[in-house]
Amino acid sequence: MADTNQTPRPETAGETRPAVEFRDISIAYGSFVAVRDFSLAIAKGSFVTLLGPSGCGKTTILRSIAGLVDISAGQISIGGKRVDDVPIYKRNIGLVFQSYALFPHKNVFDNVAFGLKYRNVPKPEIARKVAQALEMVRLPGSERKLPSQLSGGQQQRIALARAIVFEPEVLLLDEPLSALDANMREEMRVEIKKIQKATGITAIFVTHDQEEALSMSDQIVVMNAGRMEQIGSPEQVYEAPATGFVADFLGKANMLPGIVSSSDGARTTIALAAGQTVSVAAALPPGRAVTVVVRPQKLSVGAVPSGNRLTGRVVSTSYLGGNAIYEIDIGGGTTIRANTQISGPVAAEGQTVELAFDAAACVLLDEHGQRIPVLPGRQSNAKTSSASTSPRQQ
Amino acid sequence: MTARRGNTEGRLAWRMTGIITLCVYIFLFAPIVATVVLSFNDSMFGGFPMTGFSFRWYAKLWENEQVLAAFQTSLWIALVTATVTTAIGLVTAFALVRFEFAGKELLSTLVILPALVPETILGVGLLVAIKAVDQPRTLPLLVLGHILLALPYVVLIVQARMVGIRRIYDEAALSLGATRLQSFREITLPLLIPAVVAGALLAFTISFDNTSASLFWRPAGVETMPTQILSMLKISISPEINALGTVMILVTVGIPLVGGIVLQSLSRMKRRDQQRET
Ligand SMILES: Nc1ncnc2c1ncn2[C@@H]1O[C@H](COP(=O)(O)OP(=O)(O)OP(=O)(O)O)[C@@H](O)[C@H]1O
Ligand SMILES: [Mg+2]
Repeated sequence: MADTNQTPRPETAGETRPAVEFRDISIAYGSFVAVRDFSLAIAKGSFVTLLGPSGCGKTTILRSIAGLVDISAGQISIGGKRVDDVPIYKRNIGLVFQSYALFPHKNVFDNVAFGLKYRNVPKPEIARKVAQALEMVRLPGSERKLPSQLSGGQQQRIALARAIVFEPEVLLLDEPLSALDANMREEMRVEIKKIQKATGITAIFVTHDQEEALSMSDQIVVMNAGRMEQIGSPEQVYEAPATGFVADFLGKANMLPGIVSSSDGARTTIALAAGQTVSVAAALPPGRAVTVVVRPQKLSVGAVPSGNRLTGRVVSTSYLGGNAIYEIDIGGGTTIRANTQISGPVAAEGQTVELAFDAAACVLLDEHGQRIPVLPGRQSNAKTSSASTSPRQQ
Repeated sequence: MTARRGNTEGRLAWRMTGIITLCVYIFLFAPIVATVVLSFNDSMFGGFPMTGFSFRWYAKLWENEQVLAAFQTSLWIALVTATVTTAIGLVTAFALVRFEFAGKELLSTLVILPALVPETILGVGLLVAIKAVDQPRTLPLLVLGHILLALPYVVLIVQARMVGIRRIYDEAALSLGATRLQSFREITLPLLIPAVVAGALLAFTISFDNTSASLFWRPAGVETMPTQILSMLKISISPEINALGTVMILVTVGIPLVGGIVLQSLSRMKRRDQQRET
């Protein structure tokens, strides 16, 4: 048992076998199905985030890897081996909880050494590894302290050290930052990412905070009601949301329903329900109902260069120094949000303004809320759930 | 005007509450104090006035074979009861808090029931049951009865503590490579220890000074301390009984006290050890 954990981690380059693989798993609590037909392959050494609203099944999936909940269908493999019948204590997994879960009656040393002790690591080796792990989480010399003598952030670092010290196959983190205050959260975010890179460990991170997901992940899995909505790099998920849900959940995009009025094969004109028209680079049959998705950050207000134009009346203005956020009524009861850099005077409430956005900056959704993959240069692997993910090149 | 009157009334009510409380405490503790004081009385009669200070009643107790035998019996019964009850109570409380199983509510109710049923009824009931299956009253059956009586308290105490020990400690230990048994031994049990010790001490005390149930269940010729005192009282109120009462008080109050102190110093020592070791 000990030797497999003691060998140094093999180079991840050229490794094709996924670190963790879900194949069509479903998980039910009694008659309630929390996760449905979930498939995902996670490449070795990557940082994958499960992102979604509360109750969508993120924790459930994470716990199924650890063996803390039983799957009712499908299979899970860790390092290429099926783990359905492997009990939790043999799965070689590092777990970090939202509420730290440090053993309150054991000091920092004994907490961190716990996993090594049960892997029959010799004592001097344990001492060396614990010291190294504490060094890594920047809390050297804290061995004798009890968890109750540490701050929340420090406790979470110790929990992290405890979870990585025995070099587990996968590191599972369930909202590890949400119990910390805002400043600490940002600091820990950077730190966790740094440690993950340094150790090359495969990490699966659960959060409902989109900022955390966007800033830390190689791949983001957006979930909704027990299903995967989209998987992709942070850019892909943000720039090319596969569904209306993703567009709305990540960054509250503007959704403008409309109907295709004319198309010449390369450009399509859409008549918005708001009464104005926009044109996009796509070929769509006239009469088709679509939704145009535009991020508030992609809209410019005031001095308008080119692209699609809309006019509207400013309902509210939030001045944020470098930026301003406008709520603009474009008619037909539609209000859109624009978050723009300020150049020139800030538009006042009640003022009529021009809005513009690039045709390439919007995404089209069909009547089922699925993205219509037509915009050139925006091909992405959205909804390719079986695709193997790989660490983002930097 | 009214506020002022309300105020004086309030003050009066407080004073009355104080006086009544004092009376209750005097009523509760005066007999105990009297027993302890009178056990050192030199007089032949077990009452006031004191005629001098002496240990003669203790010396006499020491020579009373019957009393010594009863003391030994009670001590053994209490020790066995405490040990067995603590073990069963620990497992039961653990199962009740951590696992879902059919009949959980029923088990929970059954375990607590002896604490709710009047002891006399329980005593008669068990006696009738023993008679019904035509068994003689034996010492093991007496111990069994005591276990039944003490179990609810141990389960309630351990359960209360168990609820406070979050499951994620166990989950963390398992994820780190400990088996369920190892996790219980190294994580859950140490966190439970205060409740386990408290439960054991309470079980000991409940058994040691149980009177009514023991009266029903003891085999012929066997006396426990409380039944011994009762039978001595039937003859006369000898000052020896005061001495015996004092010994009982010492045991039932002293043992939990000593247990608590030992536990506290143990955990303090352990903490110091940990700090030195690493
Ligand atoms: N032990 C359980 N028994 C029954 N239902 C459960 C249990 N645990 C979770 N659920 C349900 O399963 C669904 C998914 O829960 P899960 O904890 O995975 O959500 P989550 O995405 O982690 O949410 P959050 O962001 O709030 O932590 C929820 O609807 C929840 O009510
Ligand atoms: Mg959760």
